[in-house]
Amino acid sequence: MDVFSDPANLQLYIDGFLMILKLTGASSLLALVLGLLLAACRVAPVPVLRAFGAGWVHLFRNTPLTLVILFCYFGLYSAVGVEFSEDIHVNNYWLAVVGLSAYTAAFVCEAIRSGINTVPLGQAEAARALGLTFTQNLRLIILPQAMRSVVAPLGSILIALTKNATIAGVIGVAEASNAMKGLIEARGDQTIAIFLVFALTFVALLVPVGYGFTALANRLMVRR
Amino acid sequence: MRMKRLAAVAAVAVLALGVAACGSESETPGTPSGESPLVGKATAGTLKFGVKADQPGLGLQTGSTYEGFDIEIAKIIAKGLGGDPAKNTYVTTVSANREPFIQSGQVDIVVATYTINDDRKKKVNFAGPYYTAGQDLLVPTASAITGPDDLAGKKVCSVAGSTPAKRIKEKYPQAQLQEFDAYSKCVEALANGTVDAVTTDDIILAGYASQAQYAGKFKVVGKPFSSEPYGIGLKLEDKAGCTKINDILKASVADGSYKAAWDATLGKSGTPAPTLDVSKLTNCPA
Repeated sequence: MDVFSDPANLQLYIDGFLMILKLTGASSLLALVLGLLLAACRVAPVPVLRAFGAGWVHLFRNTPLTLVILFCYFGLYSAVGVEFSEDIHVNNYWLAVVGLSAYTAAFVCEAIRSGINTVPLGQAEAARALGLTFTQNLRLIILPQAMRSVVAPLGSILIALTKNATIAGVIGVAEASNAMKGLIEARGDQTIAIFLVFALTFVALLVPVGYGFTALANRLMVRR
Repeated sequence: MRMKRLAAVAAVAVLALGVAACGSESETPGTPSGESPLVGKATAGTLKFGVKADQPGLGLQTGSTYEGFDIEIAKIIAKGLGGDPAKNTYVTTVSANREPFIQSGQVDIVVATYTINDDRKKKVNFAGPYYTAGQDLLVPTASAITGPDDLAGKKVCSVAGSTPAKRIKEKYPQAQLQEFDAYSKCVEALANGTVDAVTTDDIILAGYASQAQYAGKFKVVGKPFSSEPYGIGLKLEDKAGCTKINDILKASVADGSYKAAWDATLGKSGTPAPTLDVSKLTNCPA
């Protein structure tokens, strides 16, 4: 364990996990907003919007995340020229956030859509009979009930996203798995110890998230 | 009750991890009276070499065959140990798993751009060095970069967690370091102009520069700013094998097979064969 007694190595480890949290924080917010919009598209009365939502979900849910992130670098940045910052590290961070959000939004969308399906059809019909428009119906009647029933699946998606954030390392974002590779390269004699520390840190971070979301889901559940 | 169950689950998890950790501990096979176990394996034709699979000119896997300078060195060693080089088995290793592979016996000998250093010497035995590389820069032919001091504000690419990447961070912090998981991606980014330079050992860069699809596009700057003695890794206990391999290397310089190995691989990029200083083959523990 004396790998981590070296302050430089300890700093590498801490920075790695801080980067994971930063990636997860930005991506989860973006993915939630984007996922909501996509779910709205998928149940919209406009065929073009439905096709757009379905296309997004099918494309991103069925593509390996590594490819999505690499495309953000070699496609969006190198070829198309989308640049967020002159600073290579800031730029790579946002490219990774774009990839993670686009990918995770597909899963958020499907979770919310399944939540919408749990709301009895009569609710939407009654709202429509009262003269509510599609957006009013969604905003005031359907989504408040649907969101309550998808808290637990959204928790699972958040946990998956946190672990997926390590894939940002393929385009050089200095996150935990890159920090781990660096430590293993420097101290090949302590591979197992380094590996265990990183694995257990993820477990320690994510177990409370799992319990938190389960408790929240129980509190918010719509009892029918 | 809930807590007890949790505790039990935790205990099982810790046990499982513990067992996994034990799995990779080395089983120390006895070295019978001065003879290296490698000789027996060579005679039986069961030698397993750990090599790189993604480094043109050094160790490159195409389909099921491997080729490169490291592979030629492996053949020389197998022959010197009294075996048939055609019967060698090659196993792909990456930088992070070379020590574990040697310790667990998944490979017998590692010839994989393996820099000799003190931390690694605690885990494995190094014969050699059979080549001394140095960190250098690969840049487009028209680039104005002439050395690491020109890197300020420039984008330079290397592999995440590698020693060259670490050296750039520590010694040339004014450079913008782009990290990927493989040099091939760095070279791709260099080809499309996203990064200004790629850095790692000169010998690896020369391998990429000599690839057909990049012919004439890149040049190696030629001002190495580190010294990386490449060793041949084997089990820590196998002192006899270490001395034996050094003898084989000495013989290969004398009979010209070392130069032939170079000419057949990295020599194709036009770089003349290096002179192997046999007086430096002193890594083996006494």
